[in-house]
Amino acid sequence: MSKIGVFVCHCGENISATVDCARVAETSGKLDGVAYSVDYKYMCSDPGQSLIKSAIKEKGLTGVVVAACSPRMHEPTFRKACAEAGLNPYMCEMANLREHVSWVHEKGEATTEKAIDLVRILVEKVKYNQSLNAIKVPVTKTALVIGGGIAGIQASLDIANTGHKVILIEKDPSIGGHMSQLSETFPTLDCSQCILTPRMVEVAQHPNITLYSYAELESVEGFIGNFKVKIRRKSKSIDEKLCTGCGLCTTKCPVKKIPSEFNEGLGMRTAIYVPFPQAVPNKPVIDREHCTYYLKGKCRICEKVCPIQAIRFDQEDTIEEVEIGAIVLATGFSVKQPDFFPEYGYGKYPDVITGLQFERLASASGPTLGEIRRPSDGKVPQNIVFVACAGSRDEAKGIPYCSKICCMYIAKHAMLYQHKVHGGKSYVFYMDIRAGGKNYEEFVRRAIEEDGVNYVRGRVSRIYEKNGKLIVKGVDTLLGAMPVDIEADMVVLATAGVANSDAEALAQKLHVSYDAYKFFAEAHPKLKPVETNTAGIFLAGACQSPRDIPESVSMASGAAVKVACLFSQDELTRDPLIAVVNRMAPPVYSSCVGCFLCVSACPYQAIEKEEIKNRAGEVIKTLARVNPGLCQGCGTCVAFCRTKSIDLQGYTHEQMYTEVMALLNEY
Amino acid sequence: MTLGFYPGCSLKGSSREYAESVLAVAKAFDITIEEIKDWNCCGATAAHNMNRELSFALPARILSLAEKQGLTEVVVPCAACYSRLTVTQYELAKDKELKDRISEVNGMEYKGSVTILNIIQMLDKYITPKLEGKVVKPFDHKVACYYGCLLVRPHEILKFDREEDPQSMDEVMLKAGATPIDWAFKTECCGAGLSISRTPSVGKLSGMIVGDAKDRGAEAIIVACPMCHSNLDMRRKEINKYLGEKVDIPVLYITQALGLAVGLDRKELGLNRHFVKVTV
Repeated sequence: MSKIGVFVCHCGENISATVDCARVAETSGKLDGVAYSVDYKYMCSDPGQSLIKSAIKEKGLTGVVVAACSPRMHEPTFRKACAEAGLNPYMCEMANLREHVSWVHEKGEATTEKAIDLVRILVEKVKYNQSLNAIKVPVTKTALVIGGGIAGIQASLDIANTGHKVILIEKDPSIGGHMSQLSETFPTLDCSQCILTPRMVEVAQHPNITLYSYAELESVEGFIGNFKVKIRRKSKSIDEKLCTGCGLCTTKCPVKKIPSEFNEGLGMRTAIYVPFPQAVPNKPVIDREHCTYYLKGKCRICEKVCPIQAIRFDQEDTIEEVEIGAIVLATGFSVKQPDFFPEYGYGKYPDVITGLQFERLASASGPTLGEIRRPSDGKVPQNIVFVACAGSRDEAKGIPYCSKICCMYIAKHAMLYQHKVHGGKSYVFYMDIRAGGKNYEEFVRRAIEEDGVNYVRGRVSRIYEKNGKLIVKGVDTLLGAMPVDIEADMVVLATAGVANSDAEALAQKLHVSYDAYKFFAEAHPKLKPVETNTAGIFLAGACQSPRDIPESVSMASGAAVKVACLFSQDELTRDPLIAVVNRMAPPVYSSCVGCFLCVSACPYQAIEKEEIKNRAGEVIKTLARVNPGLCQGCGTCVAFCRTKSIDLQGYTHEQMYTEVMALLNEY
Repeated sequence: MTLGFYPGCSLKGSSREYAESVLAVAKAFDITIEEIKDWNCCGATAAHNMNRELSFALPARILSLAEKQGLTEVVVPCAACYSRLTVTQYELAKDKELKDRISEVNGMEYKGSVTILNIIQMLDKYITPKLEGKVVKPFDHKVACYYGCLLVRPHEILKFDREEDPQSMDEVMLKAGATPIDWAFKTECCGAGLSISRTPSVGKLSGMIVGDAKDRGAEAIIVACPMCHSNLDMRRKEINKYLGEKVDIPVLYITQALGLAVGLDRKELGLNRHFVKVTV
């Protein structure tokens, strides 16, 4: 005879404002098999858990139903409490009265009835629950970090310094990411490269870090602690072991007019190239899309000049297969491209540039060696306009969110301009100045008060060229919406930060969720900011939403700690909610007939063939067998099985049937 | 083939030449134009500021009449009429209650089955594909295509062209042998209805448009809206006063320019009705 306890949580007012919790508890108490029921304000709190524990001990409960929030939120909490009171944790089930009832319905009789129904079906289910034991799986103590920007670099170093192995993959020929492109950094104006490049070198030299530059994720299989990852190492067309990085090939390459990605198209590079002088690794790759040899079959000049014969034209991509315990996603962000701003003439007028392009102009390693010279004719602009929120906070453009970093970098840009062009005039058109952060507001005030940057509160409607000047038509809303026309020599757009174009595909490959703007989704906006909903995969930096450097670094260190926590265990505990093929006494062995439909149905390749042999070693029956380490408990095989020989532990046919019947029956 | 036609007030009055040129071009391409019988005011621009229901009832009645007349496609050359009709169709498609209410107010069933075409959509669909070989006198001039406000906005309702940098008129004019210029005032405000109440403001706003077209060497300004036309053409005195010089760039409806290119008679296209003499 079951003795089930029902524990109804108010969740503060989250549930009790809509659902009559006392009535749910009272009605549940009268159900067949329920020995105890109670409602309480916060069941997840310590006193709430104690309530459950003492009831288990005092009433001798055989099963528990907690009617509270989503099991995604607190199932582990309550199962642990049950275990502590000596009840098998899998005898505890949760009815979701919050997400499935109180948050989605109005207060009323029917709402409370629905809550009671949800409790009823779980009470019936629990009667059929079996004691289960958690599955132990080993942990591969190697982390994969995807993306070699500052977030990926920080995460790699932190993980490596805990003594664990790290594989860092970067799609570009060098690590460094956007930060390596920046000139100075807010709010201290220290040189970006000066603080970044030592860390890049540290990554390359760290004994625990394997760096694969020019490499991308090919595929991922497996689960937390046991991922099997294939990495595509794109052909660099050189022998990396031989190449000394002398750079002779890059100086002799005849294809010299390729817009440099590193310089945001403001400078040119060759077809065999190192993206920038401080690149790590500092060895060239051949860009096959532009190389004359790959296009026309002739040239091979680099091969001729290479003093150690390190050029390999016939090199192919290789696939590296590695076993990984945890993954950190640090793939960063992009900025909106030309066609997005026809009203600002970006893409049409060479002197309308993006913030990233301005970084290159202001950078000592940039195409102008740090002098602010406009792209069209190389003149020093005497009037410069910065347009904040170019695309951001603009629903009509489909980007309602704030890109967050722009207010600060615009203040920095305007400041750098004033420092470099004495007597020049700078204007910033802004909606609001969002300078939340340590020393951020002071930094913006410094730009306005000490460096004399003119901040105009209002938006820019259009930019067009007239008589060699860029006419910026805006409005000053602090002067009664007065139209402001500025004749500028150069305009810098603080273009919206957006997810990478391949972010969605990558998220799908990894089975991590993403938001409406294709930024990767954290598991909880407040309490799990670096975790994803997929166990063992963590987030760092701007791939989750636009982030500045301090935030990216903090996130990366946070993600690294999560990885280190995972790697501190020798084995992981997994819920045993997996499929099992039934076994029976000989000579039947199982109702499985060995059709293996389940094998093709399984998305995780978790089902294998098992041969049953007699004492003479002859195969007498072939059955399906579920590998408990690989099974994710999705239940697809259960639906496919023609003889109902597979069942899902915790969600058996019997349990499901009982739940449905409970719902159909009056109580 | 037959195409429904909603002229609206302007095409019967101050912009008769627009109607004349639309009909002339249609005729030249064997399109029968069938005017909606007993049509009424579209409600622009006053109704939607004063009474939401009225602003939908008026265009809905026009569309119901078209349905009753068996028309499946209606060309609406005036940009303001096009906007009102399209907005009504959009709002009524979204809201069944409103649709039923409007049908009741009009005493006429509204189905929403008519396809509304603005003049560019009409040209793109029925004229420009057949243009090859018919351009006997290419409109060989530098032209500034002026779209104004209502032809391309709001984008989420009209879903026509790019709202900040439209190209559709430029493409039609290119096919008519013209050289469309890249200029900055394609969608800037002409002053619209302030033409009567605050004429100097229109002089300034339209003046900036004409001024930029002139500075970039346009020989003609091409429009697709009676309001734009009347401000840029009829208010030329005030425009010139704002600019401080005499600018005599003519303003042509796109159908007039296209008509010239296919060799239609100038008078048939109503070119004699403009304030600024059409010399091109």
